[in-house]
Amino acid sequence: MTDQSGEKMAIETKDLLKRFDNEIVINKLNLRIPFGTSMGIMGPSGTGKSVLLKCILGLTEYEGNIFYEGTLLEKQNRGTFYKNFGMLFQGSALFDSLTVWQNITFKLINSAKKILNSEAKEIAIHLLRDVGLDENVCKLMPSELSGGMQKRVALARALADKPSLLFFDEPTTGLDPLTSSSINDLISTIVKRDNITSLIISHDPSSINAICDEVIFIEDGGVGWRGKASEMKFANHKLLKKYLGSLQV
Amino acid sequence: MNWNRKQNLTLILLNALGNNIISLTSLMGSLVMFVSHALNRSLMPPFFIKEYGKQIVAIGWASLPVVGLTAFFTGGALALQIYSGGSRLNAESTVPSIVAIGFLRELGPVLCGLMVAGRVSSAIAAELATMRVTEQIDALVTLATDPIKYLVAPRIIITTLFLPILTGVGNIIGIYGGYLVSTERLGFNPSMYIESTFKYIELGDITSSLIKAAIFGFLISTMGCFFGFKASKGALGVGRATTNAVVSASILILASNYLLTELMFKS
Ligand SMILES: Nc1ncnc2c1ncn2[C@@H]1O[C@H](COP(=O)(O)OP(=O)(O)O)[C@@H](O)[C@H]1O
Ligand SMILES: [Mg+2]
Repeated sequence: MTDQSGEKMAIETKDLLKRFDNEIVINKLNLRIPFGTSMGIMGPSGTGKSVLLKCILGLTEYEGNIFYEGTLLEKQNRGTFYKNFGMLFQGSALFDSLTVWQNITFKLINSAKKILNSEAKEIAIHLLRDVGLDENVCKLMPSELSGGMQKRVALARALADKPSLLFFDEPTTGLDPLTSSSINDLISTIVKRDNITSLIISHDPSSINAICDEVIFIEDGGVGWRGKASEMKFANHKLLKKYLGSLQV
Repeated sequence: MNWNRKQNLTLILLNALGNNIISLTSLMGSLVMFVSHALNRSLMPPFFIKEYGKQIVAIGWASLPVVGLTAFFTGGALALQIYSGGSRLNAESTVPSIVAIGFLRELGPVLCGLMVAGRVSSAIAAELATMRVTEQIDALVTLATDPIKYLVAPRIIITTLFLPILTGVGNIIGIYGGYLVSTERLGFNPSMYIESTFKYIELGDITSSLIKAAIFGFLISTMGCFFGFKASKGALGVGRATTNAVVSASILILASNYLLTELMFKS
């Protein structure tokens, strides 16, 4: 897909609509994420941000169309999409029954190309350093880690297969302010360094500010406001103003 | 007026019946799709051998104590009952053969099935439901892994293969429990007891025991996986999945046991 200015789109949704038993959660949403952009989706809790991700990931039924690098995403071709894709879940979603290094290299170990355990461990250690963790963490189970460490490990897992596209669902929810800001910085650094197209979903403006180039503020299941992240605080949009204002205690 | 009302009531009842039939058929439909998806995909690489190994330990090995204890005590109680019942007809000598045949044909597979349903069906449902609620199943999808193939297939296949083995062990321990009670408490002669145990056992008793067990194993794991996998969000979802799995597995075991007994032993 290219838009009027000729820019190529990594992800594009056209009239995306999602309803649960006649309750419309996402209402004809048109979203365009250009290559190399960090796009933020902000909005109060329960506005359908996570549901939007589920739609793009094909984890739930929806109406309308979603395009990936210009190709319409359907059941059959999601495989290619997942191959170039990584995701950091809200609760980290690390596999309880696997160690940290098995979690991180899950995609490499279980894909068609075989790699040795020793190679996988090597890669895991490298990725752990990348997300600011010690290599001793390797052998631990996810339950032995703090929330911030779990987030870092989950980020390492998402990065393991060198994705060109990364999604983040509330990357800092449940973390203290200091840990939050260090996770935000980490994400921002890695995304810029590897030129990864990313979609960040958050109700937290500080996350969006730290990571994103562009922002969409969700209102009534559609776009309430869109613009540059740096211009968000000057936006002349009633609900967005109220939303940002209510957070500055 | 009266006629009209009657007709309305009939319509309401038919409507309710119809809705139930529709939801039951759609449940059956999704169940069949779920299982056939799991079994079909298990035949294609990657094979996730490690997952199968883990399930052998978690399902097969870890169920042995429960199955063994249950079988032992039931075998002993069975011997006492048959002895006291048999003595009314002067038929005490039938204790060894009835304990053996009763265990092989009915008690072994059914007890094993019910005990493993309580242990394994609930554990599978709780584990998968937790994975669903904490988005670990979604994470599998984003890591380009089919969660049904990775999680469901090993559990169904291993439980179906291992319940016959567990039942075999349960049968032996149950019959031994009967032997121990009969020789220690009821004054049977050990060598005569053993001789009459084996005298009346037929090959069909053993194969029917194992076939029943395999079917029960399939039902147990399928119920656990299905309800766990389809769990709804929240802590409530996990509890409901576990209860549904155990209750439906237990009922299906007892109902299918009756049908299988009709099929295998009627003539
Ligand atoms: N599986 C579901 N069934 C019914 N309603 C759902 C389901 N998932 C989400 N919803 C509803 O969709 C709305 C948006 O949810 P969500 O996307 O999780 O919000 P958030 O923006 O906080 O991530 C909520 O009102 C929620 O009740
Ligand atoms: Mg959310």
